[in-house]
Amino acid sequence: MDALELARWQFGITTVYHFIFVPLTIGLSILVAIMQTAWYRTGKDAWLRLTKFYGKLLVINFALGVATGIVQEFQFGMNWSEYSRYVGDIFGAPLAMEALAAFFLESTFLGLWIFGWDRLSKRVHLTTVWLFAIGTNLSAYFIIAANSWMQHPTGAEYNPATGRAEMTNIGEVLFNPTTLWAFPHVMATAFLVTGTVIAGIAGAWLVKKNQESGGTAKEKKARDTDRSMYRTGLRLGALVMLISGLAVIVTGDQQAKMMFEQQPMKMAAAEALCDTETGAQFSLLTIGDLTNSCDGVNHILTIPKLTSYLATGNWDSTVTGVNDLQAAYTEKYGEADYAPNLAVTYWSFRLMIGLGVFSAMLALATFWLTRKGAGPSGKWFRRLALIAIPTPYLAASFGWIFTEMGRQPWVVAPNPTGSDQVYLMTQHGYSVGVSAGEVLTSMIIFTLIYALLAVFWYRLMARYAKLGARPVDPPKKNDGDDGPLSFAY
Amino acid sequence: MELSLVWFILIAVLWTGYLVLEGFDFGVGMLMPFVAKNDQGRRVALNTIGPVWDGNEVWLLTAGGATFAAFPEWYATLFSGFYLPLLVILLALIVRSVAIEYRGKIDDASWRRRWDLAIIVSAWIPSILWGVAFGNLVRGVPIDAASQYTGNFFTLLNPFSLLGGIVTLTLFLSHGAIFLALKTSGEIRERSENLAKRFSMAAIVVAAVWAVWAQLAYSVAWTWAAVAVAAVALIATWWGAVKERFGYAFIFNAVAVVAAVVLIFGSLYPDVMPSTTNDAYSLTVHNASSSDYTLKVMTWVAVLLTPVVLAYQAWTYWVFRRRLSVDSIPEHSEPTFAKG
Repeated sequence: MDALELARWQFGITTVYHFIFVPLTIGLSILVAIMQTAWYRTGKDAWLRLTKFYGKLLVINFALGVATGIVQEFQFGMNWSEYSRYVGDIFGAPLAMEALAAFFLESTFLGLWIFGWDRLSKRVHLTTVWLFAIGTNLSAYFIIAANSWMQHPTGAEYNPATGRAEMTNIGEVLFNPTTLWAFPHVMATAFLVTGTVIAGIAGAWLVKKNQESGGTAKEKKARDTDRSMYRTGLRLGALVMLISGLAVIVTGDQQAKMMFEQQPMKMAAAEALCDTETGAQFSLLTIGDLTNSCDGVNHILTIPKLTSYLATGNWDSTVTGVNDLQAAYTEKYGEADYAPNLAVTYWSFRLMIGLGVFSAMLALATFWLTRKGAGPSGKWFRRLALIAIPTPYLAASFGWIFTEMGRQPWVVAPNPTGSDQVYLMTQHGYSVGVSAGEVLTSMIIFTLIYALLAVFWYRLMARYAKLGARPVDPPKKNDGDDGPLSFAY
Repeated sequence: MELSLVWFILIAVLWTGYLVLEGFDFGVGMLMPFVAKNDQGRRVALNTIGPVWDGNEVWLLTAGGATFAAFPEWYATLFSGFYLPLLVILLALIVRSVAIEYRGKIDDASWRRRWDLAIIVSAWIPSILWGVAFGNLVRGVPIDAASQYTGNFFTLLNPFSLLGGIVTLTLFLSHGAIFLALKTSGEIRERSENLAKRFSMAAIVVAAVWAVWAQLAYSVAWTWAAVAVAAVALIATWWGAVKERFGYAFIFNAVAVVAAVVLIFGSLYPDVMPSTTNDAYSLTVHNASSSDYTLKVMTWVAVLLTPVVLAYQAWTYWVFRRRLSVDSIPEHSEPTFAKG
């Protein structure tokens, strides 16, 4: 493999890995803030216990998100220096804004929240968790804006004097129409992941508590309290799953419609639609070798006209296929292969949708099962609750793999309605001064360290989830210099 | 003033913030085994930076992001050129942030010992490498006409830059010891005070040699003023440590860091990355910067947000102003891996 391919693999590995931790941090920051608000308003012990329980998981998860995020900030310069030179005038801005407006906020206020239980008044302490959550979500916005610019560059012109793309309008960069659908889609995904984690863990605990019996009167009372708390957690999680599941579908549909116009090649590849069709069918299953060309595509299960409907809202519209798009691109940008890897695009698109929809269905089932009384007590529900957790994670990963691989061979895809000179092919973006050996070295080291850290992350998450939401003492303010800290490393 | 110059100065300010703040974080990490003899003591040291270290590190991310936005050419050449040292720094920062967060999450002595080792090593490595990187920036590196770095890993390991590594190392050790002297009480405070006296003395010596070398070989006349300020500030730091006025010592040490950044950026200007291959290939404030429009936008963002950030970060230090001793450390109440 050459430096270009290695740099691509490294970006893929480090970014997909980073995004294992991101969605839970995004969603849980808001949900823990909501739990703490509920405690602040009602004074109910259960809300404090849930706040502390899920807050602990949030902090364990956040650490890896931060650690793997550092690489993202520098990787563009290290492995993609020519990309950085070409787009820095535009692309650097949302990254710098993210650091200044969002990273400072989330890091500083998370520190205040973790260590501040006894140093701040209840109200100020509640404010810190909200500011942390706002910082986290704001940071997601800037990153999606940066990514959307690569999918659909707006607010920029090519400057022949400097040989690079330059910003002409910051508003168009930050409020790119692509961002305005991609951001809610990513947010909905993050909440789908978070709702599933909350519901999955609380559901498993509810079953456990429902199976227990006997004991003294005091133990029974404690168990009833726990049951009611975990049921609350389960239903809250399921509610979040349901709302976000619907939002994922609606925003995804809108995004796809937009993408048919903005990046028609990506969508044609997603459907393995080789030839232009009117009333285009939607393929459910394809066999054969999709990898290199349209020749091997063999649809064996299709729904008539659905692709046309998904693309435009009209069953009989015409959708341009890979071959015609290839011809059009060749005419405009010169001889090259403009189709992304068909197999990866086709399957990641289907896995994203399938796994995402499956997660949303689980939420419906959960609502039905917990509609009254104590909720499920069968072992099967406990198992299902835990198996459900990885599902939306996988959907999210496949979603990113789809949208980034589908953008190939571009790193900045041309905007069909914008400036027709702002684009860059991936093969012209990597660091020409960095050897394949150097990229390989860093890729191996990152992969190994990341794998090792993932083991610790998983063990801690599992350990704390198994510990459950233990009874906690309400925090007491301590203004003095004596007495132990409420929390210490 | 030209906007590209404004951004050159702003990036210097961001690096100053990073070196002053993360400087004592690294110092605390490096000194943990020397000021603390047991788990409780190490926890005292670690918790002095507990609520703030993560926010401090953001100064680096902001410096990186601001360089990308304001000087894309500089960002691209610097980070692709200093590839392997930067990789090592990133690995240290990754391991460090996980180690600080995870070391106390499981009640197990060997779990904590391993993460402690990670915290210590990952503080030593960047403390040296940042100095090496800045040394190379001042000294210049081979850059060709296409703005590509043409040296290799060993090009970066020259005596001047390695001495730069010793300078940041010593400064951070001194800074961390002073910070610990301010933030702890009991035995740890005493040990930190003694270390602060020694390291602040050592810092005067190594920094003086490096600064004079930099001044004579690579800089311009006016930065002698920065060297003079640094010298006075470092002597005042040492004096503060000897007189056990650690509040003053801390401020003077911070002033010394500011003066060092002024020396570094002053010697660079108008270059941002001098080429040793040919002067004409150097990246400058002008040929490496973003367009005027981008710089204007970013200036507004920086002017509006930086004061807010400074205000809430300062407030954080106020909230967590109390000194820590072994009595402030709660008993371990974490789970172990063994049970349940």
